[in-house]
Amino acid sequence: MDLSRLAELTPHSWKSGRSILYGSSSLIEAMDEKVLEQISNVSRLPGLVGAAMTMPDAHWGYGFPIGGVAAFDAEQGGIVSAGGVGFDISCGIRCLRTSLKKEDLEKGKARIAEVLFRKIPAGVGEGGRIRVSSEELETIMISGAKWAVDSGYGNAADLEYVEERGRVCGANPAFVSDLAKKRQFGEMGTLGSGNHYLEIQVVDRISDPAAAKAFGIEKDGILVSIHCGSRGFGHQIGTDYLVLLARAAKRLGLSLPDRELACAPIRSPEGEQYLGAMNCAINVALANRQILSHLAKECLDAVFPGILVETLFDVSHNTCKLEKHVHEGREKMLHVHRKGATRAFGPNHPDLPQRYRECGQPVIIGGSMGTGSWILAGNEDNPAFCSASHGAGRAMSRSRALRQYEGRKIVEDLAQRGILIRTRSMRGAAEEAPDAYKDVELVAEDTERANLARRVAHLSPSVCIKG
Amino acid sequence: MHDYFEHDADIGIIGRGNTVEEAFVSAARALFSLESDPEQLGQDVAIGVEFSEEDLEYAFITWLNLLIAKAHSERIALREFSLSREGSRWKGIAWGERWKEEMERGIEVKGATLTLLSVKKSGNLWEARSIVDV
Repeated sequence: MDLSRLAELTPHSWKSGRSILYGSSSLIEAMDEKVLEQISNVSRLPGLVGAAMTMPDAHWGYGFPIGGVAAFDAEQGGIVSAGGVGFDISCGIRCLRTSLKKEDLEKGKARIAEVLFRKIPAGVGEGGRIRVSSEELETIMISGAKWAVDSGYGNAADLEYVEERGRVCGANPAFVSDLAKKRQFGEMGTLGSGNHYLEIQVVDRISDPAAAKAFGIEKDGILVSIHCGSRGFGHQIGTDYLVLLARAAKRLGLSLPDRELACAPIRSPEGEQYLGAMNCAINVALANRQILSHLAKECLDAVFPGILVETLFDVSHNTCKLEKHVHEGREKMLHVHRKGATRAFGPNHPDLPQRYRECGQPVIIGGSMGTGSWILAGNEDNPAFCSASHGAGRAMSRSRALRQYEGRKIVEDLAQRGILIRTRSMRGAAEEAPDAYKDVELVAEDTERANLARRVAHLSPSVCIKG
Repeated sequence: MHDYFEHDADIGIIGRGNTVEEAFVSAARALFSLESDPEQLGQDVAIGVEFSEEDLEYAFITWLNLLIAKAHSERIALREFSLSREGSRWKGIAWGERWKEEMERGIEVKGATLTLLSVKKSGNLWEARSIVDV
């Protein structure tokens, strides 16, 4: 991206019209011009409050850029956009902490990799081992992860550490198509494909000991991160509402610079329908990650008997949520779109579990399968409607990665470095090559320097089940 | 006659043909070749899709997204496609086989998007394009 098109606000924030891009000059320069084009388009949508923003991991998406954040006020004609959430509604990361230490993991590493690979349904065409009835799916749409706990997948303590305690309000199954429901009957408890993964990680660096203590993590401890979303159910809702909202926008005379921004006023029949359906998908995603967490726990217990596994946190990064924010000195209820951006509540936020009230919300930046991930903590004075980066962000297109890398070689090279990859897709392994992503260190550093969140611990990958 | 174009996070697909229907069929081949290797697939299972749509661009993504929905809900890897149209009424069939444990996986396509969506005649050929979310 050409920096001369931007005004430098600080060394880690840049402005263009009503858009703010967070990140150092090197990360911004490396971004495609399309990122600026897309966030500028978002900044022209009705009812925007403040600026439309991109996080340091931003890259070219569809409609909104990935790493895009925008808040809208229903009172000011604000809109809700299906393109601002994406197809994989409520895709996110569940992070589990374990009582295992690095040296314990080494003894059973190969075995846990095999057990997880056999037990966790992953990849295109892999159905779940759990089939839900239409009545059960109706309950899941309303109850989210609570349904999973009530059905024996995990325990009530898990819910304390899931956003909104595992269940968002405002879900309305009447606005979900039969096709979306049909797609989910056999997909509960599945990981999916592409950049989704289940990873066993070693805590190899602590940057903020106080926050790390609150999160219950210490050096050489073992965590498990599960990255996935609402599966076919959410994909279908995204599909159904993309065209419906694009048509609504046209009918209502909303001038959209890009059709993919498909949106309708929050207070319109179409806007309300989308929000009702999208909230169902958030609950389905939360239930899906709860089931996968339980399956992972069963695998860990089989290989490491007596292991303690607890939920550290579960945070989504493709959502639109109604939240209270103070803007220009006034408290407002805003619909905050985060597409490839993580919510990052700071210390003392009333929605945080007591354990994290002092240090702020755990924010997870998932990196590539070769370089590692970061856990950060939310800041009280976050300038981006309590949002932060969600991943390393792609640096290279999938097609280019496929031309440049061979999946089998990537898996072998990582094994040489002690990272065990198990996947049914060598194409996927090539596309997800570590060098196809930005440097997660830079993204985490810039996230901290832009005051979006502060670094707590770095996690290095040890075993990765890829979809 | 299918092809691909670059996108940072996802993948652009292109279908070309002598008619709109042929271009759509070709694009379906591009899309489902991302999920599996069509050369390795049988075609003993068929699925049908039907829809009404006057707008060619919306018809294109409706065709692709219905195929994705049916293939995924019935756990089928698709390899061959046919599509016909009468006015705004579209009728298609796709063939493939059910996923089996030993089959090599590609990557799952979540949906065809409106981004860089176009259906137009270029020279003697119709060309249909879309970014698909993976």
